[in-house]
Amino acid sequence: MIRILRQIFRTGIVTEPLQAEVAEEIKEVGARLEEAIRQRFRRSLTIRQVDAGSCNGCELEIHAMNNPIYNCERFGMHFTASPRFADMLLVSGPVARNMEIALRRTYDATPSPKLVIAVGDCGCNGGIFGESYASLGGIDRVIPVDAYIPGCPPSPTALLKGILKAVG
Amino acid sequence: MNMLKEAIISVFGSEAKLAESQRPASVATCVVPRDRFSEAAKVMKKAYALLVAEWAADESALGRGYGVFACYRWGSEYLIVKTEVPSDDPWFPSLSKRFVPAFRFERQIMSLMGITATGNPDVRPWIKFEDWPEDAWPLRKSFDAAQQMPRVAGEYAWARAEGEGVYEIPVGPVHAGIIEPGHFRFQAIGEDVINLEERLGYVHKGIEKKFESLAWQDGAKLAGRVSGDTTVAHALAYCMAVESMTGCRVPERAHWLRALFLERERIANHLGDIGAICNDAAFAFMLYQLSRLKEMLLRTNLRLFGHRFIMDRIIPGGVTVNIDPAGKRKILAEMDLLARDFEKLVTIYDENSSLDDRLRDTGILKPATARELCVVGIVARASGLNLDCRISHPFPPYDRHDWMELDVPVLISGDVHARAWVRIHEVRESVRIIRKILEDMPDSGLSVPVARPSPDISGFAAVEGWRGEIIYWLQSGHAGEISRCVVRDPSSVNWLGLELAVLGNIVPDFPLCNKSFNQSYSGHDL
Repeated sequence: MIRILRQIFRTGIVTEPLQAEVAEEIKEVGARLEEAIRQRFRRSLTIRQVDAGSCNGCELEIHAMNNPIYNCERFGMHFTASPRFADMLLVSGPVARNMEIALRRTYDATPSPKLVIAVGDCGCNGGIFGESYASLGGIDRVIPVDAYIPGCPPSPTALLKGILKAVG
Repeated sequence: MNMLKEAIISVFGSEAKLAESQRPASVATCVVPRDRFSEAAKVMKKAYALLVAEWAADESALGRGYGVFACYRWGSEYLIVKTEVPSDDPWFPSLSKRFVPAFRFERQIMSLMGITATGNPDVRPWIKFEDWPEDAWPLRKSFDAAQQMPRVAGEYAWARAEGEGVYEIPVGPVHAGIIEPGHFRFQAIGEDVINLEERLGYVHKGIEKKFESLAWQDGAKLAGRVSGDTTVAHALAYCMAVESMTGCRVPERAHWLRALFLERERIANHLGDIGAICNDAAFAFMLYQLSRLKEMLLRTNLRLFGHRFIMDRIIPGGVTVNIDPAGKRKILAEMDLLARDFEKLVTIYDENSSLDDRLRDTGILKPATARELCVVGIVARASGLNLDCRISHPFPPYDRHDWMELDVPVLISGDVHARAWVRIHEVRESVRIIRKILEDMPDSGLSVPVARPSPDISGFAAVEGWRGEIIYWLQSGHAGEISRCVVRDPSSVNWLGLELAVLGNIVPDFPLCNKSFNQSYSGHDL
């Protein structure tokens, strides 16, 4: 136990302010954002992530948002296991034909009002997989999308920024 | 001396013909008559070989019918056995009697290429869903990849269990966490799992078909997106297969940089996995500590190589980024920091009795079963199989065995703990290798141009990604274009291991078992 405590104290708090490239924006967006989340979502923005056919690259970066360095919970956002509790769907793509029905059902199960964000180049427009017999292309081919976060994969900072913009 | 080739020739004699079109020359291809295809599997089984993969290619554009291939491995040898199947009578004898993983490979061949494996008791479609038109066989040359398929009515025949107290738990495709989609169906009595049936294919994006429309250079980009967490190893395996077809000699330094990327990818993913396994046993401390270390690695990747996962940095003929002395120092300092913190965390893992209680004896894949299933990579090494392509199928600098002294951890308990511990050992080993690579990296160019492959030849490559052995098999068409690209992610065989490892465990331990395997959905579904 003493080792665990020592490691915890020695590590300290590693959460960083958002990086320089967005620091300026964050100064203004950050304040507005926290305000927005506080008012519109009662301090808690609940996100349901859906992989509609991605290569898992976007999921790695979405995971990284939860690590102690990006610590997305400090902005009041957290990930939920069920779409029934979600305010927002964070969908990575492209939409595989075999996932189309599951994606529609997840969308229908999410209570309104809801936000949908398409994540990654593939989520935005199908990316390298494009449209084919097995891939339907971007997320907006199947469900309405409110915001897009491009990148292959988008970095955790880009994801945070994109989500902040969508709610702010 | 190629033992497997000798074994085939000694039984088949002149009926087995060697195909000259296979590259590299060390991987032989024997063509056997169709009715003796499963007999070849019997010979391989007797020679103690394991089935690596089974696939089919539509060779109608090359003036033939279909080719059905089975690839076997014994020690460091690979042998491909091919049989030719006429287009108007598409069947071949099933290998499922000899090799268990053939079940799924053949279901895939039947579903996507429309060639029947006679004797395979399970003819349910795989990856192809019940709502696809029955005659949609996307890997056939006559199939138009751009078409939108209509949905038809159909039903999937699930395995059933009945009896007093038996109930079913369907899970997925959309899972509770931030993970890829797939469906698991449990039958349980009380807490005990009596059967698990996986249903995969949800993220099928038509990758193998897509390759056929790409130029050789662009294929590396797509290979890097077969499974995003294994982008380096997949791109590398693809490039090595292309290079084997063209006889291209990659500069020495490029090889070493590729090895550096491969080991960095291994460490990053293992750190994430060890943390996630502990987290699923409710020990979140480890997840956060290890994800902090993982983030450190990814940021260094971004700074030195321009991408957090080193995507698109490996191309046919070499690599696109170099490392300068300052970069080397940066990585060496990072390795010191990583090793120091990692060892502290391993001590905490090792001393934690509640982890011990949850991880040991959970989700056991016995060595005999692992062998039957022909599993690869970390799953194999945790179950007593000593398999590692870095030793058996090396590229520089791994081929300098005496200098590298690669230590491959092999445990025999086959439980969650063993799979976590293999990862721990591999992280240590990769740190050591990275230091060695940086010390001795030779100077040379970074890439050479790659010629267009000659018509109608095939290339093969095996690379040890962090999950295990990745296989690429490429075939060129009559104009020297990509005619077929076969991708065999470790997940294609290892998913079977999970189905058997959870039997007899309690339902709440499934996430733990699943996490310890951590197989790719995208790499499997393609």
